Amino acid sequence: MNTNQTVTVSEKLLFERSTKNRVGVSFPPLDVPEKKPHGSLLRKNLDLPELSEPDVVRHYTRLSHWNFSIDQNFYPLGSCTMKYNPKINEWGARHEAFSLLHPNAPEDSVQGALELMWELQEMLKELSGMDGVTLLPLAGAQGEFTGLKLIRAFHENNKQTRNKILIPDTAHGTNPATCTLAGFEVLKIPTTGEGLLSIEHIQKSLSHDVAALMVTNPNTLGYWEENLKEIADLLHKNGSLVYCDGANFNAFVGLAKMRDCGVDVMHINLHKTFSTPHGGGGPGSGPVAFIKKLEPFQPTPIIKKESEKFSLDWNKSQSIGALSTFYGNFGMLIRAYIYMKTLGIEGLKHMSHMAVLNANYIRARLKKYYDLPFPRKFCLHETIFSDKKQTPYGVTTLDIAKRLLDFGYHPPTIYFPLVVKGALMIEPTESESKQTLDDFCDTMIHIAGEAQKNPQLLKKAPYNTRVRRVDEVRAARNPILTYKLSSTAEE
Amino acid sequence: MEIPEDLLYTEQHEWAHVEEKIVTVGITDFAQSQLGDIVYLDLPKEGTEVSAEDTFGVVESVKAVSDLYAPVSGRVVDVNTSLADSPSLVNDDPYNEGWMIKIQMDSAGNPELKHLLASSAYEELVEGQESSEDGMEKELAGDEDE
Amino acid sequence: MKYIPHTQEEIQSMLSTIGVERLEDIFPQALKQKIDFHFPHALSELEIKKKISDLGLKNKTQYSSFLGGGAYQHFIPEVVDTLSSRSEFSTAYTPYQPEASQGTLQSLFEFQTMIAHLTGMEISNASMYELASACAEAILMALRIQKNRKKVLIAGNIHPRYQQTCLTFLKEQDMEVEWVPYHQETGQIDLTHLSSKLNENVACLLIQSPNYFGVLEPLKEIHQSLKNHGALFITAISDLTSLGLFEPPGSFGADIVVGEAQSLGNPVSFGGPYIGILTSKMDYVRQLPGRLVGETVDLDGKRAFTLTLNTREQHIRREKATSNICTNQNLCALRTSIYLATLGKQGLKEVAVQNYSKTEFAKEVFSKIKNVQLRFSGNTYNEFIYKTPLSNKEVLEKLKEKNILGGLNLSEGILSCFTELTTKEDILYYAQNLKDIVS
Repeated sequence: MNTNQTVTVSEKLLFERSTKNRVGVSFPPLDVPEKKPHGSLLRKNLDLPELSEPDVVRHYTRLSHWNFSIDQNFYPLGSCTMKYNPKINEWGARHEAFSLLHPNAPEDSVQGALELMWELQEMLKELSGMDGVTLLPLAGAQGEFTGLKLIRAFHENNKQTRNKILIPDTAHGTNPATCTLAGFEVLKIPTTGEGLLSIEHIQKSLSHDVAALMVTNPNTLGYWEENLKEIADLLHKNGSLVYCDGANFNAFVGLAKMRDCGVDVMHINLHKTFSTPHGGGGPGSGPVAFIKKLEPFQPTPIIKKESEKFSLDWNKSQSIGALSTFYGNFGMLIRAYIYMKTLGIEGLKHMSHMAVLNANYIRARLKKYYDLPFPRKFCLHETIFSDKKQTPYGVTTLDIAKRLLDFGYHPPTIYFPLVVKGALMIEPTESESKQTLDDFCDTMIHIAGEAQKNPQLLKKAPYNTRVRRVDEVRAARNPILTYKLSSTAEE
Repeated sequence: MEIPEDLLYTEQHEWAHVEEKIVTVGITDFAQSQLGDIVYLDLPKEGTEVSAEDTFGVVESVKAVSDLYAPVSGRVVDVNTSLADSPSLVNDDPYNEGWMIKIQMDSAGNPELKHLLASSAYEELVEGQESSEDGMEKELAGDEDE
Repeated sequence: MKYIPHTQEEIQSMLSTIGVERLEDIFPQALKQKIDFHFPHALSELEIKKKISDLGLKNKTQYSSFLGGGAYQHFIPEVVDTLSSRSEFSTAYTPYQPEASQGTLQSLFEFQTMIAHLTGMEISNASMYELASACAEAILMALRIQKNRKKVLIAGNIHPRYQQTCLTFLKEQDMEVEWVPYHQETGQIDLTHLSSKLNENVACLLIQSPNYFGVLEPLKEIHQSLKNHGALFITAISDLTSLGLFEPPGSFGADIVVGEAQSLGNPVSFGGPYIGILTSKMDYVRQLPGRLVGETVDLDGKRAFTLTLNTREQHIRREKATSNICTNQNLCALRTSIYLATLGKQGLKEVAVQNYSKTEFAKEVFSKIKNVQLRFSGNTYNEFIYKTPLSNKEVLEKLKEKNILGGLNLSEGILSCFTELTTKEDILYYAQNLKDIVS
């Protein structure tokens, strides 16, 4: 059933494959006299595995077979935008004119890299409608931190102490975590029965303490925040700002500019909307777009362009400072740049249109079989179901998710957003064809049937994966975080 | 769902057993069943001062975390150290072997005790929560990234 | 559109299943407006390849480079690219579903093991973004462990961007930073000054070794002074190949070790993506930021791996999380693992010996040039600073005319770096030109 299943060869750990005195690399002979540090500085034990090159190749090739991935599987993970990662992007990132470029090289020798970054900034400015963009944040979470620091700097510059951030109860976990890191207090805003933010709720929460509203649009229920402009006006009147978590940008690229909704600052996840590969959990990239008022506070360095010459400005007196050693995850920037250039504005619009079409198609096909919480007529790029219809049979969202693995599908995001009990959050993205969606929906319907007729089958799923259901309780009660080597003195 | 009659309860699902000035504290059967398999507890050291309704520790399952609230004010005079190695005791035997701390109150007639729920009132609270969507207040995982 | 499969017929059929006639019917009013975008027109694959190559030509990479200072040019075996490019790794998501991610999870478990051994520590997380922000996370971690201590000491000779990044992340925390100056002769942290700053309010000290000047710090002596005051010892390492030769911080009592693993199989790539590491003692595991992989079993009792101790993290703890970090630099961690597995014990030692020997050779040759002086006396690994009577800027400009990127311009002098990629010939060519410039 599952295409992932290769003959399940057991693959030991590197350390278990290791054989004393085996080597996997060769170096030219040392052309200067050999020197070693003296005495207590010299390393006594170095416990690394000893393998030949073919050992290493076989090891990692086998491990690769045990992963689900976009190139093999449909991956409808809500909020994660698991779209196809074009191969030409990879070619660009590996181009030696960029991959061998040292970050400390003189400015006149890195003009191509700076020009690429500048152009990428311009494109992101245009799509967000903002006045400035920084590419420095290394991930979405660091983008959030940057945005909140800009907001803090802005208020401090106005001699105001504002310590509260309003966050809807549908928000990603990073939002409140980032607030803490940036020294803010979180004020949770409830979502209405319609799955939206309400003007009244916001109004009630406003005070002179409120620094900003941190909103995700469309929200994590997959709905456009229809009142956002009015809400933003309220915040602005209160002297507060509006931050947008751009996790769901894929729903509206080329269809709306966040600036027009009253947003003052937003981060954009290049690894979601602009197709840079997730890499099994990173690296990501989280550029931040902002309005003119926040420009003086942006992190350094800043790319400047003067008569076709690019340079880096490291000294800005009001800047929030440094976020990392260099200039962001440059390799990710190349990939996103190529993607945007390849699609152009019409391609980007089509991308968002098809992403929304796909989500609504799944919604239409599955709504008879799975409960639809916060029901509205249409959703945007993702649709959220719950396990309410399966609960009477003792079947949970987790069971449904695990059963999907048996059919070669990566499960949707589960148990998020928190406002939906037993949430199944499905984001198909524009990459998937009608055939793929039909097959997936057929499988989901099949599983809904299994849940009624044979719930026990689901409780023990999956059956066809590399390993069966994993004992996470055991892992947490008695953490084994490294392989224990029997260490022997070497010299 | 077991709710012993001789105990007092908080709205956050701690139980309290009062014996003179000493109050033994743990979490209820309902609480442990909502959390699932408990993997870790963060409990205060002996001698720590705690205040009624403030958090005194944390209980964790694989994907949920819940704060622990002190039913009364006082000084922690004993901690159940066996929970460090066997957190599952809280699941298996929440009212006996799964006890967490003992608090010594200033006086036996502590007025704070009047704010705690009797078993019948707690039972009503639990029934209400079982049928509603919220359940007990805990932070549960959603797997998504930025 | 080649990445989007829908045909007109399919779109119509899907819309009719949804129950609408036109695509725009499923969109809210706000997304139906006509908006103008000033945006470059779409390029074909042929055109974008040309565009990228043209941009590449605007970079100049013909130089003989002696640049270091936080990013290091090392040899990367071909297997690292080949294996890490497998899309089963690169196009997978975070391994939240362990049954579908044993490849990523096992490789991370091996990563954690190798990084813990390399640094001489008990545990490692599954990686951080890069070193500057990892330094900040290490300090935040120390502050969580040392709840009642409010002072953070940072050595004045760590990379200035690490210093600045720490300040950005620590600004909103309830604590104060004090700088520990360095010894003018050795370039190492000034131990007398350090002692004078230590008291019961100091949560931790952050040092870098080798430091920004390339000089190794006296880890043993530093640990001695910290121990008496209960302050945590955090060591940062910007080129982890150095641990192929030097006794690791774990052997000298470090509590937390952070590092930049770019050197272990990741190209310099104009500053990113790189990969930070964070290792510590097991006692501090609950305060560790970032992802952790643990070993367990599946339903059939077979060995399996899973993300574990998740309750520390943002997706559960939200505002009470240990950090807002939710990605690791997984693909870079994979590259690092493949690199370490391929080089192994002997290979990594060989790299380190070559770096050290070439740098010692360069020091010897440079110090014989009239008007060239090595700035600091402390032991180095693959970087050192020299001074000349001329301005650094002038020296570097003139070297550049000879196709040499001689190093970084620091207030203390010129910081030059020598790795296994540097040949004896390169060093002699550099020395010859330097001699011509300064004499």
